[in-house]
Amino acid sequence: MKIHEYQAKNLFKKYKIPIPEGSVAFNPDEARKIAKDLGQFPVVVKAQIHAGGRGKGGGVKLAESMDEVTTITGEIIGMNLVTHQTGPEGRVVKKVLVEQGLNIAKELYLSIIPDRATAKVVIMASEAGGMDIEEVAAATPEKIIKVYIDPLMGIQPYHCRQVAFGLNIAPAVMKPFVSMLSSLYRLFMDYDCSLVEINPLVITAEQTVIALDAKVDFDDNALYRHKDILEYRDIDEEDPLEVEASKFNLNYIKLDGNVGNMVNGAGLAMATMDIIKLAGAEPANFLDVGGGASAEMVENGFRIMLGDENVKGILINIFGGILRCDILAKGVVSAAEKIGISVPVVVRMEGTNVEEGRKILADSGLNLITAADMKDAAQKVAQFVADK
Amino acid sequence: MSIFVDKNTRLLVQGITGKEGQFHARQCIDYGTNVVAGVTPGKGGQKMDDVPVFNTVKEAVDQTGANCSMVFVPPAFAADAIMEATDAVVDLIVAITEGVPVMDMVKVKNYLEGSQSRLIGPNCPGIITPGECKIGIMPGPIHQPGGPIGVVSRSGTLTYEVVHQLTLQGIGQTTCIGIGGDPVNGTNFIDCLEAFEKDSDTTGIVMVGEIGGTAEEEASEFITKNVTKPVVGFIAGLTAPPGRRMGHAGAIISGSSGTAQGKIDAMKSAGIHICENLGTLGELCAQVFN
Repeated sequence: MKIHEYQAKNLFKKYKIPIPEGSVAFNPDEARKIAKDLGQFPVVVKAQIHAGGRGKGGGVKLAESMDEVTTITGEIIGMNLVTHQTGPEGRVVKKVLVEQGLNIAKELYLSIIPDRATAKVVIMASEAGGMDIEEVAAATPEKIIKVYIDPLMGIQPYHCRQVAFGLNIAPAVMKPFVSMLSSLYRLFMDYDCSLVEINPLVITAEQTVIALDAKVDFDDNALYRHKDILEYRDIDEEDPLEVEASKFNLNYIKLDGNVGNMVNGAGLAMATMDIIKLAGAEPANFLDVGGGASAEMVENGFRIMLGDENVKGILINIFGGILRCDILAKGVVSAAEKIGISVPVVVRMEGTNVEEGRKILADSGLNLITAADMKDAAQKVAQFVADK
Repeated sequence: MSIFVDKNTRLLVQGITGKEGQFHARQCIDYGTNVVAGVTPGKGGQKMDDVPVFNTVKEAVDQTGANCSMVFVPPAFAADAIMEATDAVVDLIVAITEGVPVMDMVKVKNYLEGSQSRLIGPNCPGIITPGECKIGIMPGPIHQPGGPIGVVSRSGTLTYEVVHQLTLQGIGQTTCIGIGGDPVNGTNFIDCLEAFEKDSDTTGIVMVGEIGGTAEEEASEFITKNVTKPVVGFIAGLTAPPGRRMGHAGAIISGSSGTAQGKIDAMKSAGIHICENLGTLGELCAQVFN
C-alpha cells in the first residue's frame, strides 16, 4: 500500500525523524493559514499524489509571498499532474503540502528495502541526492552505498556509521544522522514497510539533518497487524474498478487493451495476457480469480470486466484442478444469464471433468465459444475483436 | 529417481484440522502419499480420518518419524509454523500458505540458515514426484510418472498448464516443484537446478519464471556454469505494466529491474530454449527433449 508524503511525514514525526514544519491543505485558504503560521518565506507548495517525479511535472513550487501561496496552490490543486510514474493520463491533484523552505547545504539519498536475493534488510545511500536513484545506479553505481542488515540482529551503531562515513557526513552532523537512521530502521521494521525512502535528505546550512521528502510503502500482506495505517488509504488514488474488485477479493489491474480476461492463478493470468498480445490483440486487464474460484467470483469478475467500456471481447482461461470444470461451466453460464453479456466470450478450460464442462457451455444457448487450448482461445478472441 | 520427495517420504501436515488442510491432506493420501501425522495445537490426541493429530511438531516427529511437513496454517501464523518445524529438525518443509508478510519470511530465511531443513514456498502449489508422493494442492492426474523431465516454477496453475502439455506429448516428469510467488522464499531455482542436474533419471528441465526480482537471471548464470542437461524456459509477464504487483507478491517490475524481457535475454544467453508462446510449450519440449 502506498501513502502520501504528508502521511509519511506524520509517521516520521512519531519516530522523531526531523522534517520541515508544515501541513496539508485542500484549498488556497488553508494553504494561506499554514503559510501564516510558518511565519517566513519562501514556503514550498507540493502536490500530494501517489507518484514520484512531481517536481519535474510542475507539481512542486516555491512561494515568496502570501499572494504567491494563493496563486500557486490554486494552480496545483485541480491540475492533472503527469510524471514518469503516473503514465500519460496523469493524476488529478486534490491536496498540497505547504512547508517551510530550508537553507540546503547538501542533498543526500537514503532508503531502506528488504533485499529479495539475500533476505536481508538493505540500506541504500548516495551523495547524489535529489536525483532519480535508478539513473544514478545505472550511470555511476560506485556512488551508491549499500549496507546489509541481518534482521535477527537488527541495526547496530556501526551500520549507521558505515553509511555516514560513506556519505562524507561532517563530524558535527554525525550524531543526529546516526540517530535519525536508526529511527528510520525502527519505523521500517515496526510497520512492515516494503520501502522507506528520503530523497532528498538534506543537511542544512545550520548543520541539521532534515527529511525534505518522504516515501513509505507497506507490505499488503502485513496490513492486518497495522490497522492504523489503513486509515491512510486514499481511494482517490486508485482505479475505481480496481477498488470495486478488491471488495470481492479479486486481483484486478486495469490495462489499456480491449480483450478482457479472467484466469485462475496469477502466473497463468500473466501468461494469458501475453498470449492475447501474441495473437495480435491487447489485454484490457489482469484478473486473477484465485486457484479455487467459485461461481460467485466468476460472476463478480464478469461485472468488473464489463465495467470497462473498452472491452470488446472476453477470454476465460481456467485450469481446473481442485475446482472442477463442470462446476466452473455452471458458474459461467449462470453469471452470463444473470448479467446479460453483450460481447463474445471465449472459454478455454482444462482439467478435471472438462468434457462435462464443455457440454454445459455448448448446451447453454449463450454466446459462449469454447476453445481447444490456450493458443486457439487467444486467436479466436483476437479475431472477434478485430472483426468489430 | 526424483528430487527431494519420493515413496519413502513420511509427511506430517501442520494445520490438518482446518478446512483447507483437511481437504488437501485427504487428496494427498488418495494420491498415495504416506501421511503419518497432523499437528494442530490444542487438538493433540484426536484423529483426522486415520491420521493421529499432535499438539507440537516435535511430538509428531518423535512418535511417527515424520521427515517432511506440509504447512497449511493461516498467513499470520505461517512463520511460526515453519520455525517450529525447523526446530524439530524436519528435513523438508513445504509451505502452501499465501499472504505471509515479507518481513516474516526475511526472518524465517535467516533462521533456516545453518539448520538441516529445506523450505519450499511459501505461496506455492507444493512438490510432486508423480506416482510416488504428492505434497501440495496440485491436481494429481495431470502428471505422468516415470520421468524423464524435471519441472521448476514460481507459479501454481501456470505449472499445471506446463505439466499438462508435457503429459499430452507423452513426456513424463521426475519431480515438479512450485517454489512460490513471494519475493522471499525458501528453495530457489538454483537449488532445484542443481538437484535435477545430479538426478540420474532427469534428462531435461523445464523452468517457468515470471516478472520481478532477479532469480531467473541468477539461475541463468548458474546454468551456464553448471547445468549440462537441456533446459526449456518460459517467462510470464511480457505485457505486465511496471510498478504493479501482478497477483503474486513477488511479481512486480521495479524500475528497470525484473522485466520479462531482461529475464528472457539472460536465459537465452545461457542457452535455455525459450518458449515464446505458452500454447506451444509442449511441442517445443518434444523437439528439445526427444
